[in-house]
Amino acid sequence: MREKGLKTVEEIKAAIEAAVPGAGVEIVPNSSPSAQHSLRLDPRHAAAVARFLRDNEDLALDFLSNVTGIDWPDKEVAEKVKVIRPVTKKGDGVEQTAEETVEETRKRVEPGCLEVVYHLFSVAKKHGPVVLRMRTVNRTDQVELPSLTPVWRSAEFQEREVFDLYGVVFTGHPDLRRLLMWDAFKDHPMRRDYVEPDDFEYEPTAHDAVLARAAAHQAAHQTQEGKGSE
Amino acid sequence: MAVEDGLKVELGKQGVFVTTIEELYNWGRRSSVWPMQFGLACCAIEMIATTMARYDLARFGAEVFRPSPRQADLMIISGTVTKKMAPQVVRLYNQMAEPKYVIAMGACAISGGPFKQGYNVLKGIDRYIPVDVHIPGCPPRPEALLQAFVTLQKKIDAQHLTGQGRPRHLDSAAQGEFPVPVQGEHDLEPTSNPGVWTVPVVIR
Repeated sequence: MREKGLKTVEEIKAAIEAAVPGAGVEIVPNSSPSAQHSLRLDPRHAAAVARFLRDNEDLALDFLSNVTGIDWPDKEVAEKVKVIRPVTKKGDGVEQTAEETVEETRKRVEPGCLEVVYHLFSVAKKHGPVVLRMRTVNRTDQVELPSLTPVWRSAEFQEREVFDLYGVVFTGHPDLRRLLMWDAFKDHPMRRDYVEPDDFEYEPTAHDAVLARAAAHQAAHQTQEGKGSE
Repeated sequence: MAVEDGLKVELGKQGVFVTTIEELYNWGRRSSVWPMQFGLACCAIEMIATTMARYDLARFGAEVFRPSPRQADLMIISGTVTKKMAPQVVRLYNQMAEPKYVIAMGACAISGGPFKQGYNVLKGIDRYIPVDVHIPGCPPRPEALLQAFVTLQKKIDAQHLTGQGRPRHLDSAAQGEFPVPVQGEHDLEPTSNPGVWTVPVVIR
C-alpha cells in the first residue's frame, strides 16, 4: 500500500542518483499485485544512500522496520545452445565436410550469494515501505556488507540475527555477535545447505521428510552396531 | 511395625493417633513442595494462573515459589527448552538441594513439541535430567498441572525410606549431580545423558 505522498521507485532511484553520484541503484521489480518494487544498492555506496534516504526532506525515511536475509544458493542452469559444427558425411564415395547447426545442452553454474533486505518507513511523512536490497559477492568467503546500524539504530539486533542465521558479516556494526545461537556454534541454520544434526533416534510419530531422516539414522546406527559386535 | 488400616481407624476413634516415621516424613515432604520460580515459555502463563486464586495451588502446599534453586524442591519445566537454554536448566537443577522433583509441563518440555524438528530446540528435557511427571498439552490447562502435582504427591507418599527405590537423598550410591551439556559447534554435547535417558523402543 503506497501512500500518495511517497514517490515511485523510479523517482526515488533518480533522487538517489542525483544525490549520490555513481550510486548504481537497480530497480528489482515485483510482478505480484502488491507491486512492491525494491531498490538494489551497490554495497560501496550503501551508507551514503541510506543517509540520503533518512535525511532527505521529501523522503524522511526515519524508521527501519525490518531487516531480513535471503540465501541464493549456487544454481546449475541447463541451456540449449545452437552451435555450428563441421560434420563429415560420406556421399558418392567422397568424404564431404559441411557445417551444420546442432543443438547442444550446456550446463553452467550461476554463483549464489547472500542478500539482505531492509524495509523502511517514514513516521514523519506517514509513508512507506521503501525496500532496499544488498547482495554479497558470493556465499563463502566474500560475505561482507556495510552495516546500516550507524544510520538506523534499529538495525542493530536484526543485523546480528542475519549474521547469526545467514552468515553475512556487517562491516561497521558496533557489536556483531551471534544473537540467537550460542557463540561456539559454527553453522548458519537459515542457509539452504544447512544440515541439521542427526538426532533422529527417537521419532515415534514420524512422517514424510522426518520419517526418511529417522529411517536413515536407524540404518546407519544398525550397521554401526553390527560392526561393533563382530 | 506397620499398623493395619482397620486398627488405625479404630484407635483413632478412641483418640489414639498411630503412625509411622515414614508416613509422617512423607506427609511433611509432600505437603510443602516448593516450586522454583522460573518459566521458559507460554506454559509459564498457565503455571502462573495455577497459582492464582481461581485454581489456587496453595491448597496443596505449593504456593511458595522460591526465586532461588537452593530453597526449591520442585522444578516445573514450563515451556520450550532451547538448546541454548538447556545447560542452564541442568545447572539450576544441579543447584537444587535434595530431595528434588521435576514436572515437565507441556508438549515442548516433554518432546520438543511443535518445534521438535527445529535446529534449536531440545527434544525433551528428560534427555538430561530425571523427570517425575510429564504433562502433555499445548499448553496444558491449570487443572492438568494440578493433576500432575497431585500425581507427584502420590509418588512422594509411596516412597519407602529404605531399600530399593528409596529417594535419592537417602541413597548414598545414587547419582547426585547431572552432567551439564556443553554447547558444541553443531549441537549440544553429549546429545543426551545415557544414565537418565535411553532411546525408548517404539512398538508399531
